[in-house]
Amino acid sequence: MTELRILVCVKRVPAPGARITLTADRQSIDSKNLGFATSPHEECAVEGAIQLVEMHGGSATVLTLGAAEADEQLRYAVSVGINAAVHVTHAGLTDGTDFDAQATARALTSAIASLEAAGGAFDLILFGNESADSGGFQVGVRVARTLGRAIVNGIKHIEISDGVVTARRESAEGFEVYQLPLPAMLGVKEGLNLPRYPTLPGRLKSKKVEVLVVGADRANGGLTTFGFDNAAEVVVQTTMLGKGPEAAPAIVDLLEELGLL
Amino acid sequence: MSGEILVVVEHDRGVALDTSYQAFGLARTLLAAGVGSSITAVVIGADGDSLADEVGAHGAALALRVHHSELSDYAPEAWGDVVAELIVSRSPVAVVATGTDRGNEVLAHTSAIADLPFAANVIAVSAGDGLSLTRVRWGGSLLEQAHLDAAVFVLSAATHSFSAEPSGGGDAAIEVIEPALAATASRTRIVDRVTLAAGVTLTTAAVVVSGGRGVGSADGFAPLIELADLLSGAVGCSRVVTNNGWRPHSDQVGQTGKRIAPELYIACGISGAIQHWVGMMASKHVLAINTDNEANMVGKAEYAVIGDLHQILPAVSEEIRRRRATA
Repeated sequence: MTELRILVCVKRVPAPGARITLTADRQSIDSKNLGFATSPHEECAVEGAIQLVEMHGGSATVLTLGAAEADEQLRYAVSVGINAAVHVTHAGLTDGTDFDAQATARALTSAIASLEAAGGAFDLILFGNESADSGGFQVGVRVARTLGRAIVNGIKHIEISDGVVTARRESAEGFEVYQLPLPAMLGVKEGLNLPRYPTLPGRLKSKKVEVLVVGADRANGGLTTFGFDNAAEVVVQTTMLGKGPEAAPAIVDLLEELGLL
Repeated sequence: MSGEILVVVEHDRGVALDTSYQAFGLARTLLAAGVGSSITAVVIGADGDSLADEVGAHGAALALRVHHSELSDYAPEAWGDVVAELIVSRSPVAVVATGTDRGNEVLAHTSAIADLPFAANVIAVSAGDGLSLTRVRWGGSLLEQAHLDAAVFVLSAATHSFSAEPSGGGDAAIEVIEPALAATASRTRIVDRVTLAAGVTLTTAAVVVSGGRGVGSADGFAPLIELADLLSGAVGCSRVVTNNGWRPHSDQVGQTGKRIAPELYIACGISGAIQHWVGMMASKHVLAINTDNEANMVGKAEYAVIGDLHQILPAVSEEIRRRRATA
């Protein structure tokens, strides 16, 4: 098999687990005290791309649309083994804000088309199933449809052989298998793998790598965000059933009461 | 705004999911808000034909059975194409589905082909100039207020946010339609299935015994597995557990794992970060077992026991066996 050309699209998001607070006007999240990271599904996409290149040869490129600060996520991807990085950016983007889904897809499609015109088609383009923060569930599909490429979402296992990618998607009882001819695209989920940590040589490489910076046009779609609210806090009166193993009978009473025994 | 609301009925080879009918809850909410004048159910693939008989009870006046030789199993591109074609041929006011993996995937394809905006995981709507809506971000911890300006409103209903109960309508009229599908439409069809767990699964279990950092190790899950087996339930876990490799990712409950709604969720050694909470907040009852009575999960749970899960769970299993032996 010839060497693979893989592209991974990632998004910089507030670190999972962070407590999200809003600005006073509730127009955006308050990013002052937030740590940022690569969206979890996409962290696995990066690892997946590296593993495929290790297995089949070739190269993996990471691409993001984001504010200047997203350079950090591109360099992180290089530090764990990605070969090249592309930063699609726009003067209006600040940390913690984003384009809407349609505008994001248009900007990414246009950047990918330019990369492919210059360097040839990517055999495989990986997206996260959805971004952890805005959760639009559509950007990868929009890009695939515009490029005319097959895409399946929710993927947790990837194998490539003889120009075909075999991908598994979790179902309630096990998994579903899909087979797509290359070039193809996949929306992957956390669980695809356990992402590796950067090595020292990797870190040095990530400092030196030349990130290709590409300007994006912003063509807004029809869904406009005008504010945020925190989800209502759950207020319950917790019933204490006891302490330690002595509480076992009370727990079993509860199971009985709920008809679960 | 008069016109049809199309509801895409999710099914797997003719079997509807618990969540499938929640999309009708959103459709009826749209009707009540003055958006649309009738509900039309879209059942894709001949193996879903029998579902067309169910949808009248959920408010559909019409059910479309979509037949094509390429629609023999779920295929995201083909399903998306079918719905996009219906948008062209029927000019509906809105298209909705439940915001599951498949529901969001199909509507993403549909909106991409039709070049329409798509609002995923909506929890509330109100009509005005366009459509005002609330959708969930961050898996449910942050609510976004947004305005949708589009020729057709494409929306998915956040799971467990709208009623899946029948609303008491009569039989829906039935129409069979045969779409023209592109040759490439079925290239993403399911080609095989592998069953790992028949019967009770994490998403269907009435009781889920779930573990977090407090379980301590892969071996530490033994008492959770024992209790889950005794209750014919399933084992779940938090993200830290899968990141440590103690349990497979398929067991993970939360924003980047599964969304579940069991009768009882037993959270053992789980601190209760919001990313975990959004995966199990639809549970009917929650019991927290934790050494820390200040843990988030303890404060949010309906019931709590303070102590070491490694001592408590074996005692619970023992008590269950004792009562069953004497029953």
